[in-house]
Amino acid sequence: MPELSSAAPKVAASTVSKVALRSVALTYLFFLLVLPLLLICWRTFDHGLTPVWTALSSASALHAFKVTVIVAVLAVALNTVFGVGVAILLVRHDFPGKRVLNAFIDLPLAVSPVVVGLALVLVYGNTTALGGWFSDHGFPIIFSIPGMVLATVFVSLPLIVRAVAPVLAEVGVEQEQAAWTLGASPWAAFRRITLPAIRWALAYGMVLALARSLGEYGAVAVVSGRLVDQTQTLTLFVEERYQNFDQAAAYAASFALAFLAVVILLLIKFLRPKDSA
Amino acid sequence: MAIDAAHVTKRFGDFVALDDVSVDIPTGALTALLGPSGGGKSTLLRIIAGLEQADSGTITIEGEEATRLSPQRRNVGFVFQHYAAFKHMTVYRNVAFGLEIRKVPKDKIRRRVTELLELVHLDAMAHRYPAQLSGGQRQRMALARALAVEPKVLLLDEPFGALDAQVRKELRTWLRRLHDEVHVTTVFVTHDQEEAMEVADSIVVLANGRVEQSGRPDELYERPANDFVMSFLGPVTTLGGELVRPHDLEVLVQPAPDTVPATVLRVVRLGFEVRVEVLLDGVETWAQVTRTTAARLGLQSGSTVYVRPERVSADSDSLVASA
Repeated sequence: MPELSSAAPKVAASTVSKVALRSVALTYLFFLLVLPLLLICWRTFDHGLTPVWTALSSASALHAFKVTVIVAVLAVALNTVFGVGVAILLVRHDFPGKRVLNAFIDLPLAVSPVVVGLALVLVYGNTTALGGWFSDHGFPIIFSIPGMVLATVFVSLPLIVRAVAPVLAEVGVEQEQAAWTLGASPWAAFRRITLPAIRWALAYGMVLALARSLGEYGAVAVVSGRLVDQTQTLTLFVEERYQNFDQAAAYAASFALAFLAVVILLLIKFLRPKDSA
Repeated sequence: MAIDAAHVTKRFGDFVALDDVSVDIPTGALTALLGPSGGGKSTLLRIIAGLEQADSGTITIEGEEATRLSPQRRNVGFVFQHYAAFKHMTVYRNVAFGLEIRKVPKDKIRRRVTELLELVHLDAMAHRYPAQLSGGQRQRMALARALAVEPKVLLLDEPFGALDAQVRKELRTWLRRLHDEVHVTTVFVTHDQEEAMEVADSIVVLANGRVEQSGRPDELYERPANDFVMSFLGPVTTLGGELVRPHDLEVLVQPAPDTVPATVLRVVRLGFEVRVEVLLDGVETWAQVTRTTAARLGLQSGSTVYVRPERVSADSDSLVASA
């Protein structure tokens, strides 16, 4: 049986290389990802639950948590409206400058968040014309929540567009057109036909954007001014506590952020198969 | 006239999809827009529905000027080749959609939808989703959905194009029967001449953005306006440089008035029909005869035969296309 004898070493070789590759990948991920996260958990609960609870229920921690949620929710809401709108524009319409718009959407992924923050300060800082105008009208942008929302919107801009656009393209226009001929206004057709068709992709994009918004540090650090109990988010809180040698609070807050991230990750996993079905 | 399209022109970039097309669709009839792909028939249908805007020309539906009307306000039913089923709704909700949009009372919707689902034989499928239906069932659902709002005209864009041959034939016959029951003015687009001949009361042949001919199916078949229509509507062969239907060629073994001698090249038996390929004046051509005729004449390759155009019926005196 010449086939078998020649095939056997090949199979063995491919099994060996598979195991080797797998080990390399797992080892790499272990040292890069799993070990640091495990250590955070370990350090957090080093002295039991009580210090963790104390650290997380302090006024500053609770305030930071509140600011984080406000900023993230507002940013996701804005990005949802913008993301769906731009996805429709890109998929359904042809216009001059479409390719430029398409390229601009991905810009936030390429530009460092710190640069985004500095750029926003340059435009909306209290000493600039635009920022001064807003400030004079009792609506300061930099060193307050609006600026932080802007920065967060900026860094998570592409996530919803890129999740929705391919599904929108795949669904096509015929269902909408059928709805029009049946008397549905463009808005009714969007709400009753298009939105349900893209709902899982949209949910996926929103969850991604939420995860990104909760964890944002660089851009928010610049525009917020890091005012404790005012514009401090959870990520800024971690950094500030760490710098002030309050490691218990830093680890506890880090653990809270990591825990949130894992919950969101599970949510994504849960949403994904439905999206493809 | 239910639909009057007058001098409609439509361009997509440099491509002229419709070039000054005028078509009248009679009320209550089943009309086919027939032609090769890219001939402009789907574009015309979409312009009638308001899904496309004509560059110039006018559309009148049931006497009402509709050229600038939005699709929502034209009151037409439109059925797409790929069904355009609302995937997240049950069959029932799909059919009810237009009525819900019009805010028709719930019990009235229930009565109308039940009635329509019976009409399209989907009453047992009311609570299924489109993904759980076959292609033919989805298209019947789409038809019921379009009929639910009692449209002035029903427009079908290659309605059977995505179905396999067997289902297609069934649905064709079924559409004809449905139309005889419902009587709504119907226009359907097809590139299948057999489908058009079988189903339609009248046919409009569109090619290269122009109307080649329109009329009853038998008129078009017997008296095609030009060679294009003649060859598009059925098989053709040549006799003395002119187009003839192969079944209109009479094959004899003895010379007779008007016959031309020819040499049999091949005899192909296709069940009931026999295809006789002959060499006539150095040109290959063919005639279609019945099995009985072929047996009676004893045709074989190499034998000499005499061919002439056959008189078929009293009202079609001209058998040869007048180009």
